[in-house]
Amino acid sequence: MGRYIARRLLMTIPVLIGATLLIFTIVYALPGDPVRALAGDRPLTPAAQAAIRDEYNLNDPLLIQYLKYLGGLLQGDLGQDFSGRPVSETITQRLPITVRLAVLAVVIEVIIGVIAGVLAGIRRNSYMDNLVLVSTTLVVSIPVFVLAFLAQYVFGLRFGWFPIAGLSEGFRSYILPAFVLAALSLAYVARLTRTSIAENLRQDYVRTAKAKGLKPSVVVGKHTLRNSLIPVVTFVGADLASLMAGAIVTETVFNIPGLGRAVFESVQRQEGFVIVGIVTVFVFFYITFNLVVDILYAVIDPRIRYD
Amino acid sequence: MTERQQDSGTEPAYGGDSPTIVDSSTAEEQRTEDVTVAEAGGEIRQASLWSDAWRQLRRSPTFLLGAGLFLIFAVMAVAPQLFTNADPRQVIDLGLSADPPTGDAWFGYDIQGRDYFANVVYGARVSMIVGFSSVLGVLLIGVTMGSLAGFYGGWIDSVLARITDVFYGLPLVLGAFLLLSVMQNRGIAQVSLALAIFGWMTAMRLVRGTVVSVKDADYVQAARALGASTWRILTRHILPNAVAPVLVYATITVGLFIAAEATLSFLGFGLQLPEIAWGLQISAGMGRLRDSAHLVFFPSIFLSLMVLSFILMGDALRDALDPKLR
Amino acid sequence: MSQTLTTPDISGAAGAPVLEVNDLHVEFRTPHGLVRAVNGITYSVRPGETLAILGESGSGKSVSVQAVMGILDSPPGFVTGGSILFHGQDMLTMPAAQQRVIRGPGIAMVFQDALSSLNPVFSVGHQIGEMYRAHQGASRREAKAKAIELMERVRIPAARERVNDYPHQFSGGMRQRVMIAMALALDPEILIADEPTTALDVTVQAQIMELLNDLQRDTGMGLILITHDLGVVNEVADRVAVMYAGKIVESGTIDEVFTAPTHPYTAGLMSSVPQAETKGTRLQPIKGQPPNLAAIPPGCSFHPRCPHARIGSAAAADQDCAGDVPELREVRPARMAACHYSEEIFGE
Repeated sequence: MGRYIARRLLMTIPVLIGATLLIFTIVYALPGDPVRALAGDRPLTPAAQAAIRDEYNLNDPLLIQYLKYLGGLLQGDLGQDFSGRPVSETITQRLPITVRLAVLAVVIEVIIGVIAGVLAGIRRNSYMDNLVLVSTTLVVSIPVFVLAFLAQYVFGLRFGWFPIAGLSEGFRSYILPAFVLAALSLAYVARLTRTSIAENLRQDYVRTAKAKGLKPSVVVGKHTLRNSLIPVVTFVGADLASLMAGAIVTETVFNIPGLGRAVFESVQRQEGFVIVGIVTVFVFFYITFNLVVDILYAVIDPRIRYD
Repeated sequence: MTERQQDSGTEPAYGGDSPTIVDSSTAEEQRTEDVTVAEAGGEIRQASLWSDAWRQLRRSPTFLLGAGLFLIFAVMAVAPQLFTNADPRQVIDLGLSADPPTGDAWFGYDIQGRDYFANVVYGARVSMIVGFSSVLGVLLIGVTMGSLAGFYGGWIDSVLARITDVFYGLPLVLGAFLLLSVMQNRGIAQVSLALAIFGWMTAMRLVRGTVVSVKDADYVQAARALGASTWRILTRHILPNAVAPVLVYATITVGLFIAAEATLSFLGFGLQLPEIAWGLQISAGMGRLRDSAHLVFFPSIFLSLMVLSFILMGDALRDALDPKLR
Repeated sequence: MSQTLTTPDISGAAGAPVLEVNDLHVEFRTPHGLVRAVNGITYSVRPGETLAILGESGSGKSVSVQAVMGILDSPPGFVTGGSILFHGQDMLTMPAAQQRVIRGPGIAMVFQDALSSLNPVFSVGHQIGEMYRAHQGASRREAKAKAIELMERVRIPAARERVNDYPHQFSGGMRQRVMIAMALALDPEILIADEPTTALDVTVQAQIMELLNDLQRDTGMGLILITHDLGVVNEVADRVAVMYAGKIVESGTIDEVFTAPTHPYTAGLMSSVPQAETKGTRLQPIKGQPPNLAAIPPGCSFHPRCPHARIGSAAAADQDCAGDVPELREVRPARMAACHYSEEIFGE
C-alpha cells in the first residue's frame, strides 16, 4: 500500500507539470500588453516599463518563464497580480468560499443522488424508476447557467426564499448556488447508483443474503449498497475537483467571490499569474482527489490490493 | 446457444471418476465458453447487434421523442425561414424593446426591438454546427490516440495516458474558456476547436479500452496470421467493436457540447456578436430577468430541448446497444 | 391439496416430514415467452433423511428449491400453484417476516458457486456471524466468536486467523466450507445443497460431501441435495427424485432406483454413464436434446427421446405418449414413476 501511494505520488508529478505548462502556454499567448494593462491610464516612462517587464520576467522565452514560475511555485510563491498583491493571498482568501460551495454541493449530490438511485434501482420500471429517469434526463439537458437562472427566478424572485446573488446572508446564500452546482453531478450519481444497484441485485450474493433470512432493508441497504457504491465513490471523488472548477459558471451567475469568479475576473483583466495560480490549484485538487479515491477504493473493495 | 450446449445433450461427459449426467460443465465453464465463442464470431455478433438494436430503437418512445426533436431542430438549423418570416436582424421598432410576447411576436421582442422568435429560431444553426463539428474533432483525436495507445501499448500507451491525465485535470468549460480567452476572433471554428481540444479524453479511453479488450481475440489473431496489415486489422477487425460505445458517447456528447458552447458564449468568451447564438441571447437578457424574463426564458427552452434531444437519443441507443441491460 | 403424494416412508428416518412440497408450479414470464420451469412437483423431507433431486440443467431442480427458499428472481419467476409446508404451515401464504424467521434456523441453503454467492466486500467471519446478529441479536464479539467455532466445525484450518479474511482469499473448497458454515449457523432443520460440489475439483468434491454427510449425522437435519452427479447421489442419498422438464418422473430409494429403474429416462441415464457392471460395453447416450421449457412437448415430455414411446395407434387407450400426460404413480411398492408403460417395459 505504501509503495503504491509512493508510486502514485510520483506519477502525479508529470501530470502536474504537464497541466501547469499547458495553462502557462495558453496564458502566455494572452493578447494585449500586460504592462500597459497594469499601468492603466497612467503614462509610464520606458524605463519604468522595462523595470516591470524585468520584474515579471516578461522578456524571457516561454520555457524560461515557466521554469522560473515553477521554481517559485516550489517555494510557495505564485507570483503577484498587477496591483502587487501575491496570488497566494488571493487564493487563500477565496479558496474557502469555493470549497464550502463545492463540499455543500457534494453533500447534496451524494445524499439525494444515492437515495434517488437506490429507489429507482431496486424496482426497475416502477413509478419511482421512471420519475428518476425522466428528472435526471431533464437536469442533464439543462445547461448549468440556465438552471442557475431558473433557480434565481423561481426560488429567488418568485418565492423569495433565497438571495439570488452574493454572500450577504451567510449559509442561506450558499444553498441555491450549491444546488445548481450539484445538479448535473446529482443526476449522474442517481443514474450511476441506479444502474449499479440494479446490476448488483442480480448477483448471487444477494440471493444468499435473502436465503440467510435477512430483512429486505439489510439485503439492499447493506449487501447490495456496499458493492454498488464502489463506482459512485470513484465518481464523486473525481467530481469534487470538477465541481470546484465548475464553480466558474455558478459563482459568476450568483456573484459569489470564490476562486471560480476570480478566474473569470482575472481572464477579463488578463492577469496571467492569477489565472495560472488558480487553475494550478484546481489541477492540484483534481490530482489529489483522484489519489484519495484510488486509496478509498481499496478500503471499500477488499479485492483490490495495491502491492 | 453455443454449439457446445446444443451438443451436450447427446454426448455423455465424464466428471473425473464419478459418473456424471451429461452437460456436466459447470456454470463457470459455460460462461467462459460463451465468451470465447462470442469473440470468435465477433463480426457476426456485431451484425446482429445492430439489427437487434434498430428493431428496439424503432419501438423506443425515448428514441422517437429524441429523434423527433432532433429532426425539428435540424430543419430549423438548415432552413429557419420555414419557421418564421421575420428577419432576426431587422429592428422593427426600438420602442418595442424587450416587450413581452404578443399574437404578432410569439416570443416578444429583444432589447433592440427585434422579433425574438426569429432570433431564437435562427440560433439553432450555430448550436448544431458547433455541436457536430466539435464532436467530430473529439472523435478524430480520441479514436487516433485511443487506437495508438491500445494497439501498441508499452511506452506509447504510458505517454498518451499521462497526456490524457493532464487534459482531464482541466475541465472542459474551464479549459476551453482559457484557450478562447486568448483568441482575438472567436467564431464557430475556434469554439469548436477549443471544445475538441479539451474534450477528447473520454473518447480516447473508450477506444483504447475496446482495442485492448479485442486485440488478442481469436479472430484478430486469425486475421494477423493470414497476413493482414496493421491498418486493415485495426480498421476492419478491431475498431468496429468500438463503434457502438463511441456512437452512444458521441450522441450524448453533441448535446453536452452544445450546452458547453452556450455556456462559453454566455460567459463572453465563446461566440461573439453579431452571431446569433442562444448563449449570447441569454447573456444579453440576464440583466432583465426581473422584468423581461422572456428574454432568458425562450432561448433557454430551445437550448435545453436541443440538448435533451441528443441525450434522449443517446440513452435509447445505449439501452439498445448494451445487451446486458436487455 | 389436490393430491398429497407423500412418498412412503422407506428411509427409516423418524418423525413427520419437516418440509412438504405439494404440486409446486413455477413459471418464468420472459419477453421471449412463458417458461414453465416447474410443473407440479411433490416431495417431502424428514429429519435425518437425504433426498437427492437429480436432473440435467434446465430440468427445474434448482428453481424448485429456490421457490422453497423464497429466493426466486421475481419477476420474472413466479410460483403459480401448490404449497410449501414447513411443519405444516404454508410458506407461500405466510407473511414475509414469518418466512424470514424460517430462513436460517428452519431451512438453510448452500449454493453452487461459493465465490459469487459470498459477498465480496465483507469478511467471511462477518458473513457467518451475520446469521447470529440478524436472527439472535448477538453482539459483534459474540457473532465473531461463534463464526470461528463454526469455521472450525467445518474444518477450516487456522479459523481464528482467517476469520477476518475475505472470500477471494480462500480456495474453492474452503469457500464452500464457509458457505456450509454459514448455512449451519442456526442448526437448520433442513439444509438444501444446490450442486454444492459442481464447481470444485474432484478430490475436494469428496471432502465436501463427506463433511455434509458427517454434519447431517451429527445434527439430524434433513438434507435436500440438488445434483446432476449420479456418483454423489449414490454415495449419500437415501431417496432420489429424478426430474425431467420440470416434473418428477421417478422416485424411490436410491438402491432400487439405481439398480432397477422404472422410467425410461432414468434407465437412459443409467446406461449413459460408466458403471462397474457395464465396463467394456459401449455407453448408450440418451438421444435428442433436453426439452425447451418454453415449449414442452405434449403428453409425456420425454416421449420425443424415449425409445419405448407408443404414439397414435400403437398406444393403448388414454395412454398415448404424445398426447396423454402420465401421472406419477406407484408402479411398485414404494416406487413412483410417471410412465404409462412402466410395468410393460420394466416388469412388475
